[in-house]
Amino acid sequence: MKEIILIKNGEIALKGLNRSTFEDALVKNIKRRLSLILRADITKSQSTIMIEPVTENPDMDAAVEAIKRVFGIAGFSRAAACEKDMDVMRQVVVDYLADILRESKTFKVEARRSDKNFPLTSPEICRELGGEILSHFPHLRVDVHSPDLVVNVEVREKYTFIHGNQIKGAGGMPVGTSGRAAVMISGGIDSPVAAWTMAKRGLVLDAIHFASPPYTSKRAEQKVHELLGKVSKYSGTINLLVVPFTEIQEHIKDDCPEDLFTIIMRRMMMRIAIELAKRQGCGAIITGESLAQVASQTLLALGCTDAVATMPVFRPLIGMDKNEIVEISRKIDTFDISIQPYEDCCTVFTPKHPRLRPTLSDVEEAEKALDMDALIKRAVDGVKIVVIDKSLDI
Amino acid sequence: MECYFDNSATTKPTQQVVDAMVDVLTNCYGNPSSLHRVGDAASDKLQAAREAVAKSLSCDPSEVYFTSGGTESNNISIMGAAHALRRRGNRIVTTCIEHPSVLECMDRLSEEGFEVIKLPVDSSGHISENDLYDAVNEQTILVSIMYVNNEVGSIQPIKAAASAIKRSGAPALLHVDAVQAFGKLPIKPSSLGIDLISISAHKVHGPKGQGALYMKKGTRLATYILGGGQESGVRSGTHGMPGIVGLGTAISELGDIDANTAYVASLKSSLLDKLQSEDNLVINSPDEFPYILNISLLGVPSEVLRNFLSECGVYVSTGSACSKGHRSYVLTSMGLDTKVIDSAIRISFSRFNTEDEVCYLADCLKRANKSLRKVN
Repeated sequence: MKEIILIKNGEIALKGLNRSTFEDALVKNIKRRLSLILRADITKSQSTIMIEPVTENPDMDAAVEAIKRVFGIAGFSRAAACEKDMDVMRQVVVDYLADILRESKTFKVEARRSDKNFPLTSPEICRELGGEILSHFPHLRVDVHSPDLVVNVEVREKYTFIHGNQIKGAGGMPVGTSGRAAVMISGGIDSPVAAWTMAKRGLVLDAIHFASPPYTSKRAEQKVHELLGKVSKYSGTINLLVVPFTEIQEHIKDDCPEDLFTIIMRRMMMRIAIELAKRQGCGAIITGESLAQVASQTLLALGCTDAVATMPVFRPLIGMDKNEIVEISRKIDTFDISIQPYEDCCTVFTPKHPRLRPTLSDVEEAEKALDMDALIKRAVDGVKIVVIDKSLDI
Repeated sequence: MECYFDNSATTKPTQQVVDAMVDVLTNCYGNPSSLHRVGDAASDKLQAAREAVAKSLSCDPSEVYFTSGGTESNNISIMGAAHALRRRGNRIVTTCIEHPSVLECMDRLSEEGFEVIKLPVDSSGHISENDLYDAVNEQTILVSIMYVNNEVGSIQPIKAAASAIKRSGAPALLHVDAVQAFGKLPIKPSSLGIDLISISAHKVHGPKGQGALYMKKGTRLATYILGGGQESGVRSGTHGMPGIVGLGTAISELGDIDANTAYVASLKSSLLDKLQSEDNLVINSPDEFPYILNISLLGVPSEVLRNFLSECGVYVSTGSACSKGHRSYVLTSMGLDTKVIDSAIRISFSRFNTEDEVCYLADCLKRANKSLRKVN
């Protein structure tokens, strides 16, 4: 007997003729994630991907943790692959599933055979193995309607697979199948969630962070590294572009009306982000904005920001409440990092009473005080790139 | 240039301290509780360190207990005293500007049903002696007051606390958190009337993770760290010899405390002279403990000034290192304007700082005052 992992594709299974493109991308992503954990043969058949380790004593716990974070997988099972022989199967079912059988009160056996030459029919297999389990674990009861545990037995071409309940996958589409986008990340709760949400839809991520030393501290930037580290466990490698933003903020502060500070700052960020995104080959910008959450996220303010956007701006959190966003941030383990109290560039110089309904013409008029092209050029030229990838960490 | 002006957060251990600690790890690995020659050697060093602490507090070595630091000494004293004396009264008196390791204990005791009185402070960071006399009644079992406040350097009226206890006839113990004062002000528990004193090694150029507790002979505390009965059962656990020896060494190097204080006072006044003509400068510390100087450059947020100075190689702190990200409760208790609080930084000196460093600090502060954009 050896232990393998069986993966059920998610949405990919619904694809038509281009399905194999998605499957190939998924297999490639899985291979990479497992590369430091184990070596394996990975094969596809009947919308199932099978990972068969060839390493001796593979660390299957680590492999399971890694697979849980690969987008494009609806669910998967850790399974025993054994000989297609009833004596062996009887033995394996009580040994391999012993822990989970002990923890359960009720169970049922579900058998399938794609090898129709196997001497027993599916109902016969169920009966045989069910009886075997009951004789070893007399505390169990059979419940065919809502059992604690479903014992799956699949008699396939080469092996019989035996496994318990399915493990939930990360869902979504394989990273890389939707292209590339740049997320604007501050260090708060929202932007990492936005990044994760869009990576889930198959995007490769770049990240853009605006730093304003000494108004923001090194720790604030360090925090962004940590947040992206968590996101990269799902998304794979992220290039972080750190933009020096102090000069621009000082100029806005000195030369523009105070109540328009935030909106002008957002527009400057957007201009720079788009410039950088183009350079990186991105097709969209991602932000963590949520309608009406703060002054720069009113409908009119978002409109003013989008007026300088020359590529799609994805705002996956736009209709979500804060508590819904927090829930995801806890799930992806970014919440505790986000709430560390280091000031970010968005809180520097924020006016007491920002204008909630800025008009585009007022904002454009106010921006005339800025030497726009030169400021943007200096910021873009000063960008520092950090490559972040924790997806291979065990 | 690198200038460290955050000595109330922690200090750099001296080379002698480091050498002494390495020597213990290398050459004196025994357990002082072991009754053989290797253990005896460690036991001798333990005793020498205990004597060094005792000498610095003018007390008997048997009144010194080694702990893991100021926080543990405070916890042992406060929780231990309250629980040991709970049958004799229910009132505990403290101040609202204590360190979190005191205030958190007080909150816990309050949840347990003790009546905790937190005395307010005036705009210079002092509790009033009258308040003390009013608060301490015959039901009082513990009075816990810090000697020197860690954020502004105000010195509290410890003697008055002792007098208030005597006058009321209360069974109260007097605990003093002397983490900031130790090694800088003379502390003689017998003449001040103190029962329990918390000190920490890393504020006086010793190692982190090491502290001590002075407990007056005959005092009984409830205990929490149970085990092998080391430190007379007050704090079980195998002695952390490197730290203990480090503390002993740091104390033996203190030299003349009064002379150190006079020197540090000269550094502080030199700094203030240099900043005399700066606009927007507010001094938040009373002029009595030169090691701690809390100032505000109005309009420059604390974190921004700290970051700016850090880039210059000058290290100060905003409020205390233990409470980053929150508006200082100490400055708030002093009733200072929020503008002052939000721009406050703490400069804390050591006897090893130099006049050159002070000049550089002054230059950097002036530059910050000129170049950083002010917020309203």
